[in-house]
Amino acid sequence: MSTITPSSTAAGPGPGDRPPPPRRRGRRAPSYGRSERRLAALLLSPSLVLIGLVAAYPIGYAIWLSLNEYSVRVPGLSRFAGLDNYEAAFAGGFWDALRNTLVFTVASVSLELIIGLAMAIAMHHAFRGRGLLRATVLVPWATITAVTAITWRSIFEPGVGFAPQLLAKVGIAEDVVWLGERGYAMSVLILADVWKTAPFMALLLLAGLQVIPEDVYEAARVDGATPWQRFTRITLPLLMPAILVALIFRTLDALRVFDLPAVLTDGSNGTNVLSLLAYQELTQNRLLGLGAALSVLTFAVVMIVSFLYIRFVGGNIRTLAKD
Amino acid sequence: MSAASTPRSSTAPVAQAGEASRVRARSRRRPMPPLLRNTLLWLSVASIVVFCLFPIYWIVNTSLKTGPQLSSGALWPSEPSLRNYRSVLDDGDFLLALRNSAIVAGSTTFLSILVGSFAGYALARLRFPRKTLLLGIVLSISTFPVIAIAAPLFKLWTDLGIYDAPYGLGLIIPNLVFSLPLTIFILTSFFREIPRELEEAALVDGATRMQTFTKVVFPLAAPGLVTAALLVFFFAWNEFLFAITLTSTPEARTVPAAIAFFTGSVRFEAPIGTISAASVIVMVPLVVLVLVFQKRIVAGLTAGAVKG
Repeated sequence: MSTITPSSTAAGPGPGDRPPPPRRRGRRAPSYGRSERRLAALLLSPSLVLIGLVAAYPIGYAIWLSLNEYSVRVPGLSRFAGLDNYEAAFAGGFWDALRNTLVFTVASVSLELIIGLAMAIAMHHAFRGRGLLRATVLVPWATITAVTAITWRSIFEPGVGFAPQLLAKVGIAEDVVWLGERGYAMSVLILADVWKTAPFMALLLLAGLQVIPEDVYEAARVDGATPWQRFTRITLPLLMPAILVALIFRTLDALRVFDLPAVLTDGSNGTNVLSLLAYQELTQNRLLGLGAALSVLTFAVVMIVSFLYIRFVGGNIRTLAKD
Repeated sequence: MSAASTPRSSTAPVAQAGEASRVRARSRRRPMPPLLRNTLLWLSVASIVVFCLFPIYWIVNTSLKTGPQLSSGALWPSEPSLRNYRSVLDDGDFLLALRNSAIVAGSTTFLSILVGSFAGYALARLRFPRKTLLLGIVLSISTFPVIAIAAPLFKLWTDLGIYDAPYGLGLIIPNLVFSLPLTIFILTSFFREIPRELEEAALVDGATRMQTFTKVVFPLAAPGLVTAALLVFFFAWNEFLFAITLTSTPEARTVPAAIAFFTGSVRFEAPIGTISAASVIVMVPLVVLVLVFQKRIVAGLTAGAVKG
């Protein structure tokens, strides 16, 4: 699913920023009425209990599992193993998977930004076909990721797909089994991800373009700015908040990518990413401890990157929570 | 506020009128010949449509091919046939997957809206300490890599005996938890848009806080609820990692897992034909939803992306 990050911003100061109206039955409590707090606790508790039990607790449990050697094949056989699993992860596929994940993330997110921005600008100007365009770009977004992977696999599969023949005709990658070679397999993976999510990026950026006031452009035009100057001096800076939010969404999603490589290549030929490697150790090799260690490491990578982003963009969450 | 705001759809005609006058103003100045400008515009529109829809055309095309046509790479089927669709729909496992997906996605959506609207209302309206921290905790869940949860849940679900539970019932709770941040985020923004005065009037008339919520706020937030429900449904229909980690038999598998493990129903033939037919079948309901609710979906996707 698309990520909602702590730094995504919602409404600026809303109606809630007015001084609180005098409370009926007002206890002279200056800030929080006790009944209001009790109601808030009641309303929030189902969400918090669920999140605590099914997200926070499992993370803690994953850390514990990662410190144990645990065999699914031989039930009951488990022992504390300290950092052995992490050593095994570092000695095994971790670095390779980390590199693949970072290559995938940087390449797909930057292509999505460029293509998404171009799409957003075209949609912004094509006001007549906008309804059609909006429906069209939602189609890749609405396509199940597993289906996306199958589609692109069938496009590039030798014999079945049209792409290898077509590309060979114009002299690109003749005699290449696209999904069977390092580099080529990764580029199909990136292409499939760009197809699926560039439209999402375009919609986010289109929303950003629509709130840029027209008179700014008008003034620039009167002053004789060229279209390119208007783009670099007005559009880009004013669009920056939307671009940053879209980048955060997409980066955190790309770092956790799983469905696409799992179905497209099953991680073969240089497309094994962190989540998929952890999954394989966990279910195919039945190494619960090593799988847990790898998923904790994936978690750590995502947390480090989101921390950097929050430091970078920062503070926007307060806007939403402020009341 | 962003595009998520309820009244936005009603202002769309105004925005278009504004654009029309802008274009008029622009053509007066003639920065670019209108013919060139229009040609460029339509070229870019056409390439966006081709980029987005061609792979969809390709999978439909593949689903209509049988036998040796499947290994031709042809851009259209020479003898289109519905045989793949027939064999997919005769496949009991695929129908089970459709049933399970409907149950999982439907229940996840219902529960997520129910639980999420409580939390969203509290965060949007009530005053209590450490609200920022709470919202931060909720939203940070959506940055968790699912694999870090799936590993321990696999063990927990096995111990609890709900691993591979029929109808995909073991998938509802994990899906619910991962959809809650999105639901709470969207609903918080929508609840904020509802004028406080309406609630205050109800309170003055003697309604309790709970009645105010169920009788005043909830109905007014209907567009936001629809938006959130659509996005949660899409998420749950699409969810793959829990689906393959926490289930192992067709009794429990949902559509994405079933498609990934599909081996084809026609013997001695490349399975890609039947897999494509299955893909088209599961894509149809979502494409219809997209076409019907495109404005609501875009509003939800862009909620919070823009400072208005």
